[in-house]
Amino acid sequence: MKAIETLKNGIIKENPVFRLVLGTCPTLAVTTSARNGIGMGLAATAVLVGSNLVISLLRKIIPDKVRIPAYITIISGFVTIIQMLLKAYLPELDKELGIYIPLIVVNCIILARAEMFANKNNAFLSILDGIGMGIGFTFALLIMGSVRELLGAGTWFGITVTKNLFDPALIMILPPGGFLVFGIIMGLINKFSSMKLSKEKNCASCPLPCGAVGEAKGDEV
Amino acid sequence: MNNVILLAISAILVNNFVLSQFLGICPFLGVSKKIETALGMGGAVIFVMTISSCITRAIYDLFLYPYGLDYLNTIVFILIIASLVQFVETVLKKFIPSLYRSLGIYLPLITTNCAVLGAALLNIDKNYNVLYSTLYGLFSGVGFTLALVLFAGVREKLEYSDIPESLKGLPISLIAASLVSMAFLGFKGLFGI
Repeated sequence: MKAIETLKNGIIKENPVFRLVLGTCPTLAVTTSARNGIGMGLAATAVLVGSNLVISLLRKIIPDKVRIPAYITIISGFVTIIQMLLKAYLPELDKELGIYIPLIVVNCIILARAEMFANKNNAFLSILDGIGMGIGFTFALLIMGSVRELLGAGTWFGITVTKNLFDPALIMILPPGGFLVFGIIMGLINKFSSMKLSKEKNCASCPLPCGAVGEAKGDEV
Repeated sequence: MNNVILLAISAILVNNFVLSQFLGICPFLGVSKKIETALGMGGAVIFVMTISSCITRAIYDLFLYPYGLDYLNTIVFILIIASLVQFVETVLKKFIPSLYRSLGIYLPLITTNCAVLGAALLNIDKNYNVLYSTLYGLFSGVGFTLALVLFAGVREKLEYSDIPESLKGLPISLIAASLVSMAFLGFKGLFGI
């Protein structure tokens, strides 16, 4: 029962992008098309599952004081593996995602899950948490990518959809469109959901020692 | 000299790290509520980014590339940045306590700031030499600070506006960021960059 709960948690209730507001950089940067969004989401999911597994297995071995550097090293190991795999098998996607693939290392979602979940739970639950969060992240990127591609290029996964409906507004696939779509989607979610986002959850859900935004409110996991 | 000026304009205005490359969005949204904190964070980022761009590029040229280890880029760079941040923090605390007091709280945040790692990786992508890499780090940091401070100004005004309930907080900030970013879009094509 707890397993299903853990898996479901990341997809809707604690969606990393729209709920916890983690990983905003790739959310805005790579969602110029639905395909890129999915590619980025799956790459991050693979890293998340791997790092959650390893960190949860090593949770009793890693000393508390050096855990953040240890986590970063483990995560960057997995990112390097994914980067090499992408270069070998999907060179086109690799080129389009560019430096955002190595930048998965500093994606807060992965570090946050390591800190909030994997170092407190067993390997099985940690894998499930990784999959759930990964799907939630991919889902959010897919929504962002679809909206921006549809409005900005009039296509969806490269297929022309809005041929005679309206002229695509190029601005939506340019940087301002990213901020705009993200803001409006988040506003809509606030409007239609009972569970409101607390005002500034942004850095607050990040586990790092961040003195700038006031004390971090720990998320109940 | 001309090249340096072009590099500066490109990094600060045309390809601004935050507003057109989406690097460092977390601090951009998190630490931009007041102009003073924005300036503090910006100062810390300029400082670390300049040094880290120089060191990562030098290590790439001296060790990683000659020995065919460039697939280890990501791991090596993030560890360099993490230890550099720690080192800068210790040195500042010991020797320049006044600067430490103003930048101190922002330093731990910088390790996971994707702008710093992004600059290190872009230097490799763009094939800049050590001098250019250092300058690129410096100018990108200035661009980051500019975006942060401008946005903090916008955000201070937002505090006093009447905003629909469901847009309060992050959503309206993102929409405002979209408008600031649109303004920066106007620099595209400046001097043919």
